[in-house]
Amino acid sequence: MSEHIVSRNVYLIIFLSLMVGTAITVVAAFQDFPGPMNVIVAMTIAVVKATLVVLYFMHVRYSSRLIWVIVASALFWMGILFALTLSDYWTRGWL
Amino acid sequence: MAESYAVEHEASHPGLQHHFANMEQQREAGTLGMWVFLVTEIMFFGGMFLAYTLYRSKYPEAFAVASNHLDIKLGAVNTAVLILSSLTMAMAVFSTQIGRLRAQVVYLALTIVLGLVFLGIKAVEYHEKYVDHLIPGTLIPGNPFNPHLELPTGVSMRHVEMFYWIYFAMTGMHAVHMVIGIGIMSVLLYFAAKGRFSPEYHSPVEVSGLYWHFVDIVWIFLFPLLYLLGRHLGGHAG
Repeated sequence: MSEHIVSRNVYLIIFLSLMVGTAITVVAAFQDFPGPMNVIVAMTIAVVKATLVVLYFMHVRYSSRLIWVIVASALFWMGILFALTLSDYWTRGWL
Repeated sequence: MAESYAVEHEASHPGLQHHFANMEQQREAGTLGMWVFLVTEIMFFGGMFLAYTLYRSKYPEAFAVASNHLDIKLGAVNTAVLILSSLTMAMAVFSTQIGRLRAQVVYLALTIVLGLVFLGIKAVEYHEKYVDHLIPGTLIPGNPFNPHLELPTGVSMRHVEMFYWIYFAMTGMHAVHMVIGIGIMSVLLYFAAKGRFSPEYHSPVEVSGLYWHFVDIVWIFLFPLLYLLGRHLGGHAG
């Protein structure tokens, strides 16, 4: 599998998207959304920004399946870490 | 056996290690190894993100008060600086891939400068926290945690202090990663200036770039979590 070279224009578009995302998350932080929406909005923007960095700056979109598996394994074990710990702490009040 | 491999390699690039069949295989193995390392880094920072999540869900008001005392302008500027440094890093890799070696050196140097700007701004922020007695515990002898904050009823100063433990642990470890990253970039810059990297051999630039982008991603999460959440509640900021 030969190497895919990401073009300069793609890098510039990703950079501008990340800057816009940063501006939006700052503006959104000062709005009083109902309930937990402030957290959800901020984290959604952060996840989108991180995904853009991983896929394009870190070339994962153009990488082999093996790299995809490694990246997915990181998310999977992070999921276990959070799910098991929070299912303990957040349910203690139910007793 | 070993000699036959050596003969086979004579026609190939001097950067090719003897245990790889060709440059392509060597590059892919290097990238894979870097990603495995980054998974351990994700787990390392993951533990701290988990601690943040737990304490913030337990003491949301205290965390809002503490968070509102951070300088949102400096945090936002630093976010922009890091994103720009990720662009210059990506352009350094791109320049190496297409063989523009002068541009490669310039982009690596720019990445180092932007990394230093980030650390400089971080140092200004840390100093502000020192002046405001917001360094948790007695980490600084003679300047214990003792901020002049108006606390809403029911909010404990101990929980505000917990936010600052987490703030300094996470931004501190992030800053350590930045320092290491700048060190790596300096080594790359030295070898790049000597013309070691080329379209055929650019794995060191590529995998160092992966590390740099990872450190950027950590900050992409730290900025909203530490600086922004709780901002809409307003009021109590100093």
